[in-house]
Amino acid sequence: MIRFVYADQLTELPKLRETMHMDRAWQFKTRLKWDVAVDKDGWESDAYDALNPLYVIWQLPDGAHGGSMRLLPTTSNTMVNDHFLHLTDGVRIESPKIWECTRFCLGPRATPQTAAALMLAGGEVLQGFGLTSFVGVFDARMVRIYKRIGASPEVLGSQGKGRDAISVGLWGFDAAAQARVARQAGLGPQIVRHWFNRAFGHVMRQAA
Amino acid sequence: MERSREQFIEALEQVSTLEDMQDCSEELRDLLNVAHVVYHWVSSKGEQYGCGTYDTAWVDRYLEQDYLRVDPVISGCYARFHPTDWKQLDWSSKGARAFFKEALEYGVGNQGYSIPMRGPNGQFALFSVNASCDDDTWAEFQTQNHHDLILISHVFNQKALEFEGLADKGPTKGLSPREIDAMSLLAVGYSRAQVAQNLSISEHTLRVYIESARFKLGALNTTHAVARAMQQGYIVV
Repeated sequence: MIRFVYADQLTELPKLRETMHMDRAWQFKTRLKWDVAVDKDGWESDAYDALNPLYVIWQLPDGAHGGSMRLLPTTSNTMVNDHFLHLTDGVRIESPKIWECTRFCLGPRATPQTAAALMLAGGEVLQGFGLTSFVGVFDARMVRIYKRIGASPEVLGSQGKGRDAISVGLWGFDAAAQARVARQAGLGPQIVRHWFNRAFGHVMRQAA
Repeated sequence: MERSREQFIEALEQVSTLEDMQDCSEELRDLLNVAHVVYHWVSSKGEQYGCGTYDTAWVDRYLEQDYLRVDPVISGCYARFHPTDWKQLDWSSKGARAFFKEALEYGVGNQGYSIPMRGPNGQFALFSVNASCDDDTWAEFQTQNHHDLILISHVFNQKALEFEGLADKGPTKGLSPREIDAMSLLAVGYSRAQVAQNLSISEHTLRVYIESARFKLGALNTTHAVARAMQQGYIVV
Protein backbone atom coordinates (compact mmCIF):
# COMPACT_ATOMS: atom_id res chain seq x y z
CA MET A 1 0.00 0.00 0.00
CA ILE A 2 0.98 3.65 -0.39
CA ARG A 3 1.97 5.67 2.65
CA PHE A 4 2.14 9.47 2.55
CA VAL A 5 4.40 10.39 5.47
CA TYR A 6 6.39 13.40 6.54
CA ALA A 7 9.90 12.66 7.80
CA ASP A 8 8.92 13.40 11.40
CA GLN A 9 6.09 10.85 11.17
CA LEU A 10 8.38 8.25 9.62
CA THR A 11 10.31 7.93 12.88
CA GLU A 12 7.22 6.10 14.20
CA LEU A 13 7.64 3.51 11.44
CA PRO A 14 11.25 2.42 12.09
CA LYS A 15 11.26 -0.58 9.75
CA LEU A 16 9.88 1.43 6.84
CA ARG A 17 12.34 4.24 7.52
CA GLU A 18 15.36 1.98 7.79
CA THR A 19 14.58 -0.07 4.69
CA MET A 20 13.89 3.07 2.67
CA HIS A 21 17.29 4.59 3.44
CA MET A 22 19.02 1.26 2.81
CA ASP A 23 17.22 0.72 -0.49
CA ARG A 24 18.20 4.23 -1.50
CA ALA A 25 21.86 3.41 -0.76
CA TRP A 26 21.50 0.28 -2.91
CA GLN A 27 19.90 2.13 -5.81
CA PHE A 28 21.85 5.39 -5.86
CA LYS A 29 25.28 4.28 -4.61
CA THR A 30 25.59 0.63 -5.57
CA ARG A 31 23.63 0.49 -8.80
CA LEU A 32 23.68 3.99 -10.25
CA LYS A 33 27.06 4.90 -8.70
CA TRP A 34 25.92 8.40 -7.79
CA ASP A 35 28.19 10.39 -5.53
CA VAL A 36 25.91 10.12 -2.49
CA ALA A 37 26.77 9.75 1.19
CA VAL A 38 26.07 6.40 2.87
CA ASP A 39 26.60 6.24 6.62
CA LYS A 40 28.01 3.42 8.76
CA ASP A 41 24.56 1.82 9.09
CA GLY A 42 24.23 1.69 5.31
CA TRP A 43 21.70 4.54 5.09
CA GLU A 44 21.70 7.00 2.22
CA SER A 45 20.40 10.44 3.16
CA ASP A 46 21.20 14.04 2.32
CA ALA A 47 20.52 17.58 3.51
CA TYR A 48 17.02 17.58 2.00
CA ASP A 49 15.92 14.67 4.18
CA ALA A 50 16.63 16.98 7.12
CA LEU A 51 14.00 19.50 5.86
CA ASN A 52 11.06 17.32 6.85
CA PRO A 53 10.04 16.32 3.32
CA LEU A 54 6.87 14.42 2.50
CA TYR A 55 7.67 10.87 1.38
CA VAL A 56 5.40 8.84 -0.85
CA ILE A 57 6.26 5.23 -0.11
CA TRP A 58 5.10 1.88 -1.46
CA GLN A 59 5.03 -0.31 1.64
CA LEU A 60 5.34 -4.09 1.20
CA PRO A 61 3.04 -6.44 3.12
CA ASP A 62 5.80 -7.17 5.67
CA GLY A 63 6.09 -3.46 6.47
CA ALA A 64 9.31 -2.86 4.52
CA HIS A 65 10.00 -0.30 1.82
CA GLY A 66 9.25 -1.26 -1.80
CA GLY A 67 9.83 2.08 -3.49
CA SER A 68 9.52 5.77 -2.75
CA MET A 69 9.93 9.38 -3.74
CA ARG A 70 10.52 12.56 -1.81
CA LEU A 71 8.55 15.80 -2.10
CA LEU A 72 9.47 19.34 -1.03
CA PRO A 73 7.86 22.71 -1.81
CA THR A 74 9.89 24.93 -4.13
CA THR A 75 9.39 27.95 -1.85
CA SER A 76 12.22 26.62 0.32
CA ASN A 77 15.50 24.89 -0.50
CA THR A 78 15.35 22.47 -3.40
CA MET A 79 17.91 20.47 -5.28
CA VAL A 80 16.91 21.98 -8.63
CA ASN A 81 17.25 25.59 -7.46
CA ASP A 82 20.35 24.96 -5.34
CA HIS A 83 22.34 22.93 -7.85
CA PHE A 84 20.78 22.67 -11.31
CA LEU A 85 19.92 26.20 -12.42
CA HIS A 86 22.09 25.67 -15.50
CA LEU A 87 19.58 23.02 -16.62
CA THR A 88 16.50 25.22 -16.29
CA ASP A 89 17.70 28.08 -18.49
CA GLY A 90 18.54 29.90 -15.27
CA VAL A 91 14.91 29.92 -14.11
CA ARG A 92 14.56 29.50 -10.35
CA ILE A 93 11.42 27.41 -10.25
CA GLU A 94 9.67 28.67 -7.20
CA SER A 95 5.98 28.52 -6.34
CA PRO A 96 3.76 27.01 -3.64
CA LYS A 97 1.98 25.25 -6.51
CA ILE A 98 5.09 23.47 -7.79
CA TRP A 99 6.79 20.86 -5.61
CA GLU A 100 10.08 19.13 -6.17
CA CYS A 101 10.15 15.37 -6.51
CA THR A 102 13.54 13.69 -5.94
CA ARG A 103 15.11 10.35 -4.90
CA PHE A 104 12.67 8.27 -6.92
CA CYS A 105 13.75 4.87 -5.66
CA LEU A 106 12.74 1.33 -6.52
CA GLY A 107 13.93 -1.22 -4.00
CA PRO A 108 15.20 -4.73 -4.88
CA ARG A 109 11.73 -6.16 -4.25
CA ALA A 110 9.91 -3.62 -6.42
CA THR A 111 7.72 -5.09 -9.15
CA PRO A 112 6.92 -3.38 -12.46
CA GLN A 113 3.73 -2.15 -10.77
CA THR A 114 5.59 -0.38 -7.96
CA ALA A 115 6.87 2.53 -10.05
CA ALA A 116 3.42 3.04 -11.56
CA ALA A 117 1.77 2.96 -8.13
CA LEU A 118 4.17 5.66 -6.92
CA MET A 119 3.42 7.82 -9.94
CA LEU A 120 -0.29 7.36 -9.42
CA ALA A 121 0.16 8.46 -5.82
CA GLY A 122 2.16 11.48 -7.01
CA GLY A 123 -0.75 12.39 -9.27
CA GLU A 124 -3.06 12.14 -6.29
CA VAL A 125 -0.88 14.65 -4.44
CA LEU A 126 -0.97 17.04 -7.43
CA GLN A 127 -4.74 16.83 -7.66
CA GLY A 128 -5.45 16.74 -3.96
CA PHE A 129 -3.45 19.87 -3.18
CA GLY A 130 -4.22 21.77 -6.39
CA LEU A 131 -0.60 21.78 -7.62
CA THR A 132 0.34 22.44 -11.22
CA SER A 133 3.47 20.27 -11.52
CA PHE A 134 6.38 18.46 -9.96
CA VAL A 135 9.89 19.38 -10.94
CA GLY A 136 12.71 16.92 -10.43
CA VAL A 137 16.22 15.73 -11.17
CA PHE A 138 16.66 12.29 -12.67
CA ASP A 139 19.18 9.92 -14.14
CA ALA A 140 19.18 8.71 -17.78
CA ARG A 141 18.40 5.19 -16.62
CA MET A 142 15.12 6.33 -15.12
CA VAL A 143 13.90 7.58 -18.49
CA ARG A 144 13.07 4.03 -19.58
CA ILE A 145 11.17 3.33 -16.38
CA TYR A 146 9.14 6.54 -16.58
CA LYS A 147 8.36 5.79 -20.19
CA ARG A 148 7.24 2.25 -19.46
CA ILE A 149 4.77 3.37 -16.81
CA GLY A 150 3.41 6.08 -19.11
CA ALA A 151 4.63 9.04 -17.06
CA SER A 152 7.55 10.50 -18.97
CA PRO A 153 8.67 13.87 -17.66
CA GLU A 154 9.19 16.81 -19.92
CA VAL A 155 12.91 17.49 -19.99
CA LEU A 156 13.94 21.08 -19.30
CA GLY A 157 17.63 20.45 -19.67
CA SER A 158 20.32 17.76 -19.42
CA GLN A 159 24.00 17.51 -18.69
CA GLY A 160 26.28 14.61 -19.62
CA LYS A 161 25.83 12.00 -22.31
CA GLY A 162 24.22 8.58 -22.58
CA ARG A 163 23.95 6.64 -19.33
CA ASP A 164 25.61 9.45 -17.38
CA ALA A 165 23.11 12.12 -18.39
CA ILE A 166 21.34 13.92 -15.56
CA SER A 167 18.22 15.87 -16.41
CA VAL A 168 15.74 18.25 -14.85
CA GLY A 169 12.17 17.51 -15.84
CA LEU A 170 8.56 18.35 -15.18
CA TRP A 171 5.59 16.13 -14.48
CA GLY A 172 2.01 17.19 -14.87
CA PHE A 173 -0.86 14.79 -14.51
CA ASP A 174 -4.01 14.88 -16.60
CA ALA A 175 -6.86 12.38 -16.73
CA ALA A 176 -5.29 10.54 -19.68
CA ALA A 177 -1.97 10.12 -17.86
CA GLN A 178 -3.82 8.96 -14.76
CA ALA A 179 -5.69 6.28 -16.71
CA ARG A 180 -2.46 5.12 -18.36
CA VAL A 181 -0.52 4.91 -15.12
CA ALA A 182 -3.41 3.28 -13.26
CA ARG A 183 -3.47 0.49 -15.87
CA GLN A 184 0.25 -0.07 -15.40
CA ALA A 185 -0.08 -0.05 -11.63
CA GLY A 186 -2.99 -2.47 -11.66
CA LEU A 187 -4.70 -0.21 -9.14
CA GLY A 188 -7.90 1.76 -9.30
CA PRO A 189 -7.59 5.49 -8.61
CA GLN A 190 -10.16 5.02 -5.81
CA ILE A 191 -7.80 2.93 -3.70
CA VAL A 192 -5.03 5.50 -4.05
CA ARG A 193 -7.48 8.21 -3.04
CA HIS A 194 -8.45 6.10 -0.03
CA TRP A 195 -4.79 5.95 1.07
CA PHE A 196 -4.42 9.66 0.47
CA ASN A 197 -7.51 10.46 2.54
CA ARG A 198 -6.28 8.20 5.31
CA ALA A 199 -3.07 10.24 5.48
CA PHE A 200 -4.53 13.74 5.13
CA GLY A 201 -8.20 13.47 5.95
CA HIS A 202 -10.83 14.14 3.33
CA VAL A 203 -9.22 16.95 1.43
CA MET A 204 -11.37 19.37 -0.53
CA ARG A 205 -10.51 18.86 -4.19
CA GLN A 206 -9.09 22.10 -5.55
CA ALA A 207 -8.87 23.12 -9.15
CA ALA A 208 -5.23 23.35 -10.21
CA MET B 1 -14.53 51.90 -1.30
CA GLU B 2 -13.27 48.36 -1.11
CA ARG B 3 -10.10 47.63 -2.96
CA SER B 4 -9.78 44.69 -5.32
CA ARG B 5 -7.62 41.75 -4.27
CA GLU B 6 -4.94 42.88 -6.72
CA GLN B 7 -4.90 46.33 -5.13
CA PHE B 8 -4.86 44.75 -1.68
CA ILE B 9 -1.75 42.72 -2.50
CA GLU B 10 -0.01 45.76 -3.89
CA ALA B 11 -0.83 47.73 -0.73
CA LEU B 12 0.41 44.86 1.46
CA GLU B 13 3.69 44.79 -0.42
CA GLN B 14 4.22 48.48 0.32
CA VAL B 15 3.87 48.26 4.11
CA SER B 16 6.96 48.78 6.20
CA THR B 17 5.86 48.07 9.76
CA LEU B 18 4.13 45.26 11.61
CA GLU B 19 1.33 47.70 12.57
CA ASP B 20 0.61 48.36 8.89
CA MET B 21 0.58 44.63 8.30
CA GLN B 22 -1.94 44.37 11.13
CA ASP B 23 -4.18 46.89 9.32
CA CYS B 24 -3.85 44.80 6.18
CA SER B 25 -5.05 41.69 8.01
CA GLU B 26 -8.17 43.60 9.08
CA GLU B 27 -8.77 44.79 5.54
CA LEU B 28 -8.35 41.26 4.21
CA ARG B 29 -10.87 39.92 6.72
CA ASP B 30 -13.43 42.38 5.35
CA LEU B 31 -12.50 41.68 1.72
CA LEU B 32 -12.98 37.94 2.25
CA ASN B 33 -16.02 38.49 4.43
CA VAL B 34 -14.80 36.04 7.08
CA ALA B 35 -14.56 36.17 10.88
CA HIS B 36 -10.77 36.24 11.11
CA VAL B 37 -7.48 36.04 9.28
CA VAL B 38 -4.22 35.34 11.06
CA TYR B 39 -0.62 35.23 9.94
CA HIS B 40 1.54 33.42 12.44
CA TRP B 41 5.26 32.64 12.36
CA VAL B 42 6.52 30.14 14.88
CA SER B 43 10.30 29.92 15.13
CA SER B 44 12.09 26.68 15.96
CA LYS B 45 12.56 28.11 19.47
CA GLY B 46 8.78 28.53 19.85
CA GLU B 47 8.85 32.32 19.49
CA GLN B 48 5.73 33.73 17.89
CA TYR B 49 5.36 36.62 15.55
CA GLY B 50 2.58 37.84 13.32
CA CYS B 51 -0.65 39.70 12.96
CA GLY B 52 -4.33 38.97 12.81
CA THR B 53 -7.82 39.92 13.74
CA TYR B 54 -8.50 37.77 16.79
CA ASP B 55 -9.76 39.63 19.85
CA THR B 56 -6.73 40.76 21.87
CA ALA B 57 -8.29 39.09 24.92
CA TRP B 58 -8.08 35.76 23.06
CA VAL B 59 -4.49 36.39 21.96
CA ASP B 60 -3.51 37.19 25.56
CA ARG B 61 -5.33 34.16 26.86
CA TYR B 62 -3.68 31.97 24.18
CA LEU B 63 -0.20 33.17 25.08
CA GLU B 64 -0.80 33.09 28.83
CA GLN B 65 -2.13 29.51 28.69
CA ASP B 66 0.59 28.49 26.22
CA TYR B 67 -2.10 27.07 23.93
CA LEU B 68 0.55 26.60 21.26
CA ARG B 69 1.01 23.22 22.94
CA VAL B 70 -2.68 22.27 22.79
CA ASP B 71 -3.88 23.89 19.54
CA PRO B 72 -4.47 21.10 16.95
CA VAL B 73 -3.96 23.67 14.18
CA ILE B 74 -0.37 24.13 15.34
CA SER B 75 0.40 20.47 16.05
CA GLY B 76 -1.32 19.37 12.83
CA CYS B 77 0.35 21.95 10.58
CA TYR B 78 3.75 22.44 12.18
CA ALA B 79 6.55 21.59 9.75
CA ARG B 80 3.97 20.56 7.11
CA PHE B 81 3.42 22.20 3.73
CA HIS B 82 -0.03 21.09 2.58
CA PRO B 83 -3.11 23.28 3.15
CA THR B 84 -5.48 21.92 5.77
CA ASP B 85 -9.15 22.30 6.59
CA TRP B 86 -9.47 22.36 10.39
CA LYS B 87 -11.92 19.47 10.12
CA GLN B 88 -9.05 17.26 8.95
CA LEU B 89 -7.22 17.84 12.24
CA ASP B 90 -7.40 15.69 15.33
CA TRP B 91 -9.71 17.39 17.85
CA SER B 92 -10.41 14.20 19.78
CA SER B 93 -8.41 14.89 22.94
CA LYS B 94 -10.13 16.43 25.93
CA GLY B 95 -7.67 19.33 25.91
CA ALA B 96 -8.31 20.09 22.25
CA ARG B 97 -12.09 20.03 22.69
CA ALA B 98 -11.93 22.37 25.68
CA PHE B 99 -9.62 24.67 23.72
CA PHE B 100 -12.04 24.75 20.78
CA LYS B 101 -15.00 25.51 23.04
CA GLU B 102 -13.12 28.34 24.69
CA ALA B 103 -11.99 29.74 21.32
CA LEU B 104 -15.64 29.94 20.22
CA GLU B 105 -16.44 31.94 23.36
CA TYR B 106 -13.80 34.46 22.31
CA GLY B 107 -15.37 34.91 18.89
CA VAL B 108 -13.30 32.44 16.86
CA GLY B 109 -15.45 30.85 14.15
CA ASN B 110 -16.18 27.13 13.98
CA GLN B 111 -14.54 26.68 10.56
CA GLY B 112 -10.94 27.16 9.58
CA TYR B 113 -8.51 26.70 6.75
CA SER B 114 -4.76 26.91 7.31
CA ILE B 115 -1.91 27.20 4.86
CA PRO B 116 1.44 26.15 6.32
CA MET B 117 4.38 27.78 4.60
CA ARG B 118 7.97 26.80 4.17
CA GLY B 119 10.40 29.67 3.67
CA PRO B 120 14.19 29.80 3.31
CA ASN B 121 16.13 27.36 5.48
CA GLY B 122 13.08 25.56 6.75
CA GLN B 123 11.30 28.65 8.12
CA PHE B 124 7.76 27.75 9.22
CA ALA B 125 4.76 30.06 9.16
CA LEU B 126 1.03 29.57 9.14
CA PHE B 127 -1.75 31.57 7.58
CA SER B 128 -5.31 30.84 8.69
CA VAL B 129 -8.74 31.99 7.68
CA ASN B 130 -11.60 31.45 10.06
CA ALA B 131 -15.37 31.78 9.78
CA SER B 132 -18.69 30.81 11.33
CA CYS B 133 -20.73 28.82 8.83
CA ASP B 134 -21.86 25.32 7.92
CA ASP B 135 -19.67 22.71 6.22
CA ASP B 136 -21.06 23.18 2.71
CA THR B 137 -20.61 26.95 2.79
CA TRP B 138 -17.05 26.47 4.03
CA ALA B 139 -16.27 23.92 1.31
CA GLU B 140 -17.54 26.37 -1.29
CA PHE B 141 -15.48 29.19 0.23
CA GLN B 142 -12.33 27.08 -0.05
CA THR B 143 -13.01 26.15 -3.65
CA GLN B 144 -13.55 29.80 -4.55
CA ASN B 145 -10.59 31.22 -2.64
CA HIS B 146 -7.93 28.53 -2.24
CA HIS B 147 -5.81 29.79 -5.13
CA ASP B 148 -5.80 33.47 -4.05
CA LEU B 149 -5.26 32.58 -0.39
CA ILE B 150 -2.12 30.60 -1.18
CA LEU B 151 -0.66 33.60 -2.93
CA ILE B 152 -1.79 36.13 -0.31
CA SER B 153 -0.44 34.00 2.55
CA HIS B 154 2.97 33.98 0.90
CA VAL B 155 2.92 37.76 0.47
CA PHE B 156 2.36 38.07 4.24
CA ASN B 157 5.23 35.68 4.84
CA GLN B 158 7.50 37.49 2.42
CA LYS B 159 6.81 40.73 4.28
CA ALA B 160 7.59 39.15 7.64
CA LEU B 161 10.84 37.70 6.28
CA GLU B 162 11.72 41.16 4.99
CA PHE B 163 11.04 42.77 8.39
CA GLU B 164 13.26 40.20 10.04
CA GLY B 165 15.99 40.72 7.46
CA LEU B 166 15.67 37.14 6.24
CA ALA B 167 14.18 37.67 2.79
CA ASP B 168 16.24 36.69 -0.20
CA LYS B 169 17.23 39.87 -1.90
CA GLY B 170 19.08 40.54 -5.10
CA PRO B 171 19.34 38.52 -8.26
CA THR B 172 18.02 35.20 -6.89
CA LYS B 173 14.66 36.81 -6.23
CA GLY B 174 14.32 38.49 -9.62
CA LEU B 175 13.02 37.03 -12.84
CA SER B 176 15.40 35.13 -15.07
CA PRO B 177 15.85 36.20 -18.73
CA ARG B 178 13.70 33.24 -19.78
CA GLU B 179 10.80 34.34 -17.57
CA ILE B 180 11.19 37.91 -18.79
CA ASP B 181 10.99 36.67 -22.41
CA ALA B 182 7.80 34.77 -21.64
CA MET B 183 6.21 37.74 -19.87
CA SER B 184 7.22 40.12 -22.67
CA LEU B 185 5.63 38.00 -25.37
CA LEU B 186 2.44 37.60 -23.32
CA ALA B 187 2.41 41.37 -22.81
CA VAL B 188 2.37 42.06 -26.54
CA GLY B 189 -0.61 39.77 -26.93
CA TYR B 190 0.85 36.44 -28.02
CA SER B 191 -1.18 33.38 -27.09
CA ARG B 192 0.43 30.77 -24.85
CA ALA B 193 0.87 28.48 -27.84
CA GLN B 194 2.65 31.23 -29.76
CA VAL B 195 4.89 32.10 -26.81
CA ALA B 196 5.83 28.45 -26.33
CA GLN B 197 6.64 28.08 -30.00
CA ASN B 198 8.64 31.29 -30.00
CA LEU B 199 10.75 30.17 -27.04
CA SER B 200 11.02 26.59 -28.37
CA ILE B 201 9.52 25.13 -25.23
CA SER B 202 6.38 23.10 -24.61
CA GLU B 203 3.22 24.66 -23.23
CA HIS B 204 3.69 22.74 -19.97
CA THR B 205 7.18 24.22 -19.52
CA LEU B 206 5.77 27.64 -20.30
CA ARG B 207 3.04 27.10 -17.73
CA VAL B 208 5.69 26.33 -15.09
CA TYR B 209 7.71 29.44 -16.04
CA ILE B 210 4.59 31.59 -15.83
CA GLU B 211 3.57 30.02 -12.51
CA SER B 212 7.02 30.65 -11.08
CA ALA B 213 7.11 34.25 -12.37
CA ARG B 214 3.59 34.85 -11.06
CA PHE B 215 4.65 33.79 -7.57
CA LYS B 216 7.81 35.92 -7.62
CA LEU B 217 5.79 38.93 -8.81
CA GLY B 218 3.09 38.40 -6.18
CA ALA B 219 0.39 38.18 -8.84
CA LEU B 220 -2.98 36.45 -8.65
CA ASN B 221 -3.13 35.43 -12.32
CA THR B 222 -1.25 35.75 -15.60
CA THR B 223 -2.76 39.11 -16.57
CA HIS B 224 -1.89 40.51 -13.17
CA ALA B 225 1.64 39.04 -13.49
CA VAL B 226 2.17 40.76 -16.85
CA ALA B 227 0.95 44.07 -15.41
CA ARG B 228 3.25 43.75 -12.42
CA ALA B 229 6.23 42.77 -14.55
CA MET B 230 5.72 45.99 -16.52
CA GLN B 231 5.16 48.04 -13.37
CA GLN B 232 8.33 46.71 -11.78
CA GLY B 233 10.32 47.45 -14.92
CA TYR B 234 11.10 43.85 -15.86
CA ILE B 235 9.59 44.24 -19.28
CA VAL B 236 9.22 47.12 -21.65
CA VAL B 237 6.64 46.91 -24.37
